[in-house]
Amino acid sequence: MSLPEPFRLLAYLLGIMAFVGLNAAYLVWVERKGAGRFQRRPGPTEVGYAGLLQPIADAVKLLTKQVIVPPGADATLFRLAPVVVLAPALMCLAIIPFGPHLVAREINVGLLLLFAFGSINVMAIMIGGWASRNKYAIISAARVVSQDVAYEIPMLLVVITMLMVTGTMDLNQIVRQQAGAFWNWNLFKLAANPLMPVTFVIFYICMLAETNRAPFDMAEAESELVAGAFTEYAGMGFGVFFMAEYANIVVGCAVATVLFLGGWQSPIGILPGAFWFLLKLYALVFSVVWVRWTFPRTQFYGLLNLSWKILIPIALFTLILSSVMLKLF
Amino acid sequence: MKQPLRDIVGGFYSLLSGMRVTIAQFFKPSVTVHYPHESLQMPARFRGHIELVRDPATGKAVCFACKVCEKSCPSDCITVEGAKLEGAKRKSVTQFRLDFTKCSLCGSCVEACKSNAIRFSRQYNLASTNKDEFVMDLFKRLEAEGQ
Amino acid sequence: MTTEEIMAVAQGKAPNETFVLNLGPQHPATHGVLRVKLTMDGEYITRAEPVPGYIHRMQEKMGENRTWAQYLPNTSRIDYLSAMAYTHGYVGAVERAAGIQVPPRAEYVRVITSELNRISSHLVWFGAFLLDLGGFTPLLYAFDDREKILDLLEGITGSRLTYSYYRFGGLYNDVDEDFLGGTREFVAQMRPRLGMYRTLVTENIILRKRLEGIGVITPEQCRKYGATGPVIRGSGIAYDVRKVEPYSVYADFEFDIPVFPEGDSMARYLVRMEEMGQSLRIIEQALAKLPDGPVMAEKVPRVLKPPAGDYCYAVEAARGRFAVRVVSDNKEMAYRIKLRTPSFSNLSLFEEVSQGMMLPDALALMGSLDLVIPDIDR
Repeated sequence: MSLPEPFRLLAYLLGIMAFVGLNAAYLVWVERKGAGRFQRRPGPTEVGYAGLLQPIADAVKLLTKQVIVPPGADATLFRLAPVVVLAPALMCLAIIPFGPHLVAREINVGLLLLFAFGSINVMAIMIGGWASRNKYAIISAARVVSQDVAYEIPMLLVVITMLMVTGTMDLNQIVRQQAGAFWNWNLFKLAANPLMPVTFVIFYICMLAETNRAPFDMAEAESELVAGAFTEYAGMGFGVFFMAEYANIVVGCAVATVLFLGGWQSPIGILPGAFWFLLKLYALVFSVVWVRWTFPRTQFYGLLNLSWKILIPIALFTLILSSVMLKLF
Repeated sequence: MKQPLRDIVGGFYSLLSGMRVTIAQFFKPSVTVHYPHESLQMPARFRGHIELVRDPATGKAVCFACKVCEKSCPSDCITVEGAKLEGAKRKSVTQFRLDFTKCSLCGSCVEACKSNAIRFSRQYNLASTNKDEFVMDLFKRLEAEGQ
Repeated sequence: MTTEEIMAVAQGKAPNETFVLNLGPQHPATHGVLRVKLTMDGEYITRAEPVPGYIHRMQEKMGENRTWAQYLPNTSRIDYLSAMAYTHGYVGAVERAAGIQVPPRAEYVRVITSELNRISSHLVWFGAFLLDLGGFTPLLYAFDDREKILDLLEGITGSRLTYSYYRFGGLYNDVDEDFLGGTREFVAQMRPRLGMYRTLVTENIILRKRLEGIGVITPEQCRKYGATGPVIRGSGIAYDVRKVEPYSVYADFEFDIPVFPEGDSMARYLVRMEEMGQSLRIIEQALAKLPDGPVMAEKVPRVLKPPAGDYCYAVEAARGRFAVRVVSDNKEMAYRIKLRTPSFSNLSLFEEVSQGMMLPDALALMGSLDLVIPDIDR
């Protein structure tokens, strides 16, 4: 059954919103259970079987809290910031192909759009921190902005490399080009770029840093004094920021899957479909959880040094290398 | 040029070996005990609050209120009263008040008692909403147990 | 800001604005109730003034109002993580005063239990330090190992943290075969765990970047403030009470003192990790050489009245040199008990060393000093 165009789009968008909501809630469960298992303990088990209703309990708790807007804060911006953080994640998911015909909107500049929307996330945290009118929130938000800007540059250099290798910005085309068994995936296209795995690792690290996650969560976790950019947010405002963090992780992993791991292509060459996409996506999400619970935090200047002094030179080098390889072979 | 590159590669490898350690731990069983669904057995020497020992021959408390434990307690938790019953050679205890809110489980009283009249119990599930429950009369408890 | 102030900033002539930040009595990590008044210039600390006293319990005064035996439980509570060593210090001082000889079996068991306690204290430090730095998982692995030690010690003493196990003249009770077998098993499985901590944490590039070169303490500063323990051994000076003023039967054992010359937080970290390995060595040797015999000296009077005089005894606790000085005037209560605690001297370094550091680095430094606040305030 094929719905007429506006209704098809609407159905897909509702589906994406449900997907993001479900992910945000149940990724919390995955994280807590994963943390528990890495630490040799069970994680949440009381609420529902194996703690599966724990996210519902958390959501109910957040909903019942009073949403306080601090008196000196800029009311419009304060309320706007959580929305502006979540919206780009939804928009990015609208153009990512989940399956051979499962994409809300096919756009031939998909890659460009993804990174345009990704940058809005940075601005939204700045708005949130500034509108709180709290000294620590502003300092923390400023740190987040400098961290995100520093890590966008290697990410974009990697994307340009992939653009040269694949020759197109259309995400559907990129996935179709990786048809066949797993050695056709972009990760293994060493003929075009011998340092492709390094490129993938750089992209992964940048994705962790952009989402303020894992070893790079200086801004939110280590404001030893208070809670960082989201200090003044209570109840559902904080809940939306939290959801947005997980939504951004899903988007980042989805983009990595599409660009490097073949999207919905199957690794054994038969039966491609959305199932493979979701499998790869959640494998990457699990690895993000794994990295978080293994390493201590970097310092702020260590983080920036890593980006400007290590990742950017390497990314530039792989860019030049792949352009040379493409020109000569 | 070579040294920084070696540092980067070495550093990255250290991250991977760390990740290998945690994923190995991921697949091992849990080491925690799910209290209150499961609980642990306390060892024989466990220091719960003290209790009076019953003499198996007479069925009464061994304690004869010599008050050595009261003197040895650093925190003044114990108050013992005794009285000589009809036809008995020495006193027997009539009240043994332990203020558990001050007790630090040091064991001076158990050690000081030369007749082994008090010993540690193995009680650890002691939560209560009422402070008076922690000012215990151990003699009354012994009597109640006997019934 | 007025126009003049804005113009001053734009021309680079702004006055130095410092603000006072309270690293308040409550800490997110397990340091305890210590208040540090930081005067900060932006991100940098210009002055760090520790304000102790929030958990002052008058331990030294209590010594004057309790009999010698009644004071024993207090000694476990001065530094609860290293309780055995502190009890050892007090008991040793009183034994020196009263002239009581401890039988060899008791001495060996004291060494075994003190070293087990040292390992468990270092495991807590390891977990808490990494928690400060943002790595949550090693804390739980360390506590898993610590549970095994605590179960062993619970089997012989009955408590997990504040033991009150030593008595004047020996021990309260003898150890049984369960304890000895269990300790052997523990030593056997702890060595690979130390290897795991090395791979997971010590060699980790993120941790190394956070600790190398941070918080350098020179030997002169150590001498000036009287810092002891891993702090001084991480600055290149091989001062360990067990080697310099041997007490109990430590002279019978063969072990090394790990010393690292760099003086940064990494050096102190490595000293403690190596010390755990050396403690395992001591325990193995003590288990092998454990003599039979009584665990309590004969004829120890019930009510102790040591001859009048001044007596001192020092031990190497997990945090440094713990010394007890008892002044007796031949009564059943002490005239004065003076406790020289290591964390107090280690903390006094903090003000000088943290000058000009950034806040996260200063916290890493404080974590590497391994402070237990009840130890500072007594």
